[in-house]
Amino acid sequence: MAKHETPLLDQLESGPWPSFVSDIKQEAENRAKNANNVEFQVKQDVCEDILGVLELSYKHGRTHWKHGGIVGVFGYGGGVIGRYCDQPEMFPGVAHFHTIRVNQPAGKFYNTEWLRNLCDLWEFRGSGITNMHGSTGDIVFLGTVTEQLEEIFFELTHKHGQDLGGSGSNLRTPSDCIGEARCEYACYDTQALCHFLTNEYQDELHRPAFPYKFKFKFDGCPNCCVASIARSDMSFIGTWRDDIRIDQDAVAAYVGGEYPPNAGAHKDGNWGAFDIQKEVIDLCPTGCMKYEGGKLEINDKECTRCMHCINVMPRALKKGLDTGVSILVGAKAPILDGAQMGSLLVPFVKVEEPYEEITEVIEAIWDWWMEEGKNRERLGELIKRQGFQAMLDAVGIDPVPQHVKEPRSNPYIFWKEDEVPGGWQRDVNEFRKYHQR
Amino acid sequence: MAFVSSGYNPEKPMENRITDIGPKHFEQFYPPVIKANKGKWAYHEVLQAGVLKHVAESGDEVYTVRVGGARLMSVTHIREICEIADKHCDGYVRWTTRNNVEFMVDAEAKVKPLIDDLESRKFAGGSYKFPVGGTGAGITNIVHTQGWIHCHTPATDASGPVKAAMDVLFDDFKSMRLPAHLRVSLACCLNMCGAVHCSDIAILGYHRKPPMLDHEYLDKMCEIPLAVAACPTAAIRPTKVEIGDKKLNSVAVKQERCMFCGNCYTMCPSMPLADTEGDGIVIMAGGKVSNRISYPKFSKVVVAFLPNEVPRWESTTDCIKNMVEAYAAGANKYERFGEWAERIGWERFFDVTGLEFTHHLIDDFRDPAYYTWRQTSQFKF
Ligand code: HEM
Ligand code: HEM
Ligand code: HEM
Ligand code: SF4
Ligand code: SF4
Ligand code: SF4
Ligand code: SF4
Repeated sequence: MAKHETPLLDQLESGPWPSFVSDIKQEAENRAKNANNVEFQVKQDVCEDILGVLELSYKHGRTHWKHGGIVGVFGYGGGVIGRYCDQPEMFPGVAHFHTIRVNQPAGKFYNTEWLRNLCDLWEFRGSGITNMHGSTGDIVFLGTVTEQLEEIFFELTHKHGQDLGGSGSNLRTPSDCIGEARCEYACYDTQALCHFLTNEYQDELHRPAFPYKFKFKFDGCPNCCVASIARSDMSFIGTWRDDIRIDQDAVAAYVGGEYPPNAGAHKDGNWGAFDIQKEVIDLCPTGCMKYEGGKLEINDKECTRCMHCINVMPRALKKGLDTGVSILVGAKAPILDGAQMGSLLVPFVKVEEPYEEITEVIEAIWDWWMEEGKNRERLGELIKRQGFQAMLDAVGIDPVPQHVKEPRSNPYIFWKEDEVPGGWQRDVNEFRKYHQR
Repeated sequence: MAFVSSGYNPEKPMENRITDIGPKHFEQFYPPVIKANKGKWAYHEVLQAGVLKHVAESGDEVYTVRVGGARLMSVTHIREICEIADKHCDGYVRWTTRNNVEFMVDAEAKVKPLIDDLESRKFAGGSYKFPVGGTGAGITNIVHTQGWIHCHTPATDASGPVKAAMDVLFDDFKSMRLPAHLRVSLACCLNMCGAVHCSDIAILGYHRKPPMLDHEYLDKMCEIPLAVAACPTAAIRPTKVEIGDKKLNSVAVKQERCMFCGNCYTMCPSMPLADTEGDGIVIMAGGKVSNRISYPKFSKVVVAFLPNEVPRWESTTDCIKNMVEAYAAGANKYERFGEWAERIGWERFFDVTGLEFTHHLIDDFRDPAYYTWRQTSQFKF
């Protein structure tokens, strides 16, 4: 017999998609049985109370979590999101219900031994409920009490060699696409760069020193499978600057219908036979492709590396060999002054250990933003407030046409005084000698 | 429930403290076939919905079976994932950027037994534990947020609406019949923790009533200048109020200037605004993050309000299903939702979806709003 009636949530157990309600219920049952005699460090019926408080929210159409909650571990200024239920008498199991962010390995590959260790720890000292994963990338341990935070941190670091992720006004947990590990489009090793920078900037991640939060994400190519361009203040997108490699025999195999277009991604639709003119040449955004006499040609100088043709014919077309990343800056959600996507800052830089060219850009941006950024002002907003030019100046990058989608249309142009012959200090009486009042 | 120490000594908190060790190194978790062929993949193919094959230059193959995940999951469920990974995949498994789970095997013969095993597993309530799908031109998992399970600022739930929507969209998770892949996301407030502002279809929790003011506590709980600075429309100003015989510092909210974003509550616990009837859902559409053919796009508001209908949010799921079908019927091959809407024109989009166009959809936020109006005589009747 469940502790709380959950008639509304029960209706989310039917239907084909995996039901979080069924899953929490199975955890509640397992804790009640406790087959392995675990000495639970938070209430045994915590999962029943999670369902109870959620059911109450369904009834009221409102959240039942109190505002905020400042908890953590010594030495760090973030990593734990505190939470307290606003009906603790009714649901004592979730009176405290803090979330711990655990820094995931790049690419989110795991072995089962490691996952089981984490599960054992979390069953013992927490609710047994997780998010796999938070949208920033962390493994999220959902729900424990304040007294357990240091214990969990001690075990994580001492037994499992594992650190917390980020929260607050600092560098948040970086994350990446699968990249070279399992994708032929990857232009650099996203996991290696993600791991390197996460370690390089541990201090910035654990101890808030910024005007606001800051995120890194790493995409291996412009398909953006980790959506860096929309979800990170500094977005690293793989690209190349030489020619797309064309295998004409493979092109013929696509035209002949031996290879499925787009690797078979449209298999269940009725799209007819592959038509290279219609599906590739005519859709190229720059019109830089030609298919004549059974031969595919690309005017690479005009190609913007949008990935379309490569996506459609992955066996015939390959990214170039001179690869690197573009760095875009400023993406953020709407609060305060509107959503932004990353704007191109560095068109191309090689990705080579020890990544100095990349860390130089990061640190120059941080120096500027940490000095000039207002309280709770994201990088994107500082760029808007002070201007893209101010950023270029601060970071020491020369302006190029690639920095804009289009030149400005208003003529409200600022000049620096030293750019104008004679400067700005002028005498009106001198002017009046030639122009009477 | 006796307290069990981990070895941490609260008397000497800084003793034996390990810090700044970061995440585990990714390489120790690579399956052998991944490690051996990293950076040397030649091509890939989607064999069927949910099943990918990558072929390396060496000729090695890796088969990936992608399954849906609820994201919110128990350790019992993770252990079951481990059991499957041990049985079929030499103990390796990974998660995707959209919170699906991927099982990898190194030979074609191992694929079918794995799929059969995955598809045979169901929860007590009847839902699949590991539905195979989410690849190619279909609908994959919904990137989502905390909702009523953990956050204090939501205007809707996350896990519930996502389950309701995925049940309705399930056939498209398991097939690849659409013109291009279609990404759905949800955020339970406009902090948009996730991908709502850049998705083909997005579900967003929204309030419709200004905050209440807990004058008695406000000055004690909040830094008033921060609450004032939190407001995008400058609806908040500091003020003094009289409660009984006490004069207190507090804030005043100009209600006709407030658009219910809730950011002041994020900054100040004495300005709660959640409301049963007021709160609900905004639907956005037409965003994308990839650079394929067209530039990345923001999603646009296409439905200003749908009520929170617990537990299955029927108006929301009906609306989404209807939009998916209109897109499936009207878009060209490779055309993303936003590219389709822009090609036919947003006026035609409202036509073919039957969605009502109301004044709420016309941008009125600061200078950039002008650029969203129509400065041309080109339009369709
Ligand atoms: C009862 C007192 C409060 C507690 C315990 C508390 C705690 C928290 C926590 C733990 C978060 C989530 C942080 C994250 O996602 O990284 C949060 C969000 C936030 N709270 Fe509160 N808060 C309280 C009151 C306040 C006050 C008075 C302010 C402002 C002065 C404030 C400002 C914020 C901000 C700015 C965020 C968003 C943080 C971010 O994502 O960067 N909160 N709060
Ligand atoms: C008020 C309390 C808040 C809570 C409980 C909360 C919770 C979360 C969580 C759990 C994540 C995933 C974290 C991870 O994977 O490590 C997240 C990500 C995110 N949060 Fe919040 N958040 C809060 C406030 C805010 C605020 C104030 C903003 C913006 C103004 C914000 C914007 C975001 C964004 C954009 C992401 C996703 C970024 C990405 O895709 O990587 N959040 N939040
Ligand atoms: C070898 C080819 C590719 C591989 C290995 C790959 C890998 C992945 C994986 C594993 C995910 C998470 C998927 C999920 O859980 O549903 C993903 C997401 C994504 N992929 Fe790919 N992908 C490939 C090609 C593409 C192509 C051709 C495009 C676009 C034209 C693309 C755009 C995206 C986007 C936009 C996301 C989701 C990001 C988000 O909205 O959060 N990918 N990719
Ligand atoms: S972003 Fe590019 S390299 Fe990375 S997984 Fe996606 S398609 Fe592959
Ligand atoms: S990558 Fe894009 S721009 Fe370049 S040739 Fe292919 S389709 Fe054209
Ligand atoms: S979207 Fe809003 S309500 Fe939802 S988890 Fe993020 S901050 Fe909380
Ligand atoms: S809810 Fe938003 S618009 Fe309304 S007063 Fe608060 S910060 Fe301002």
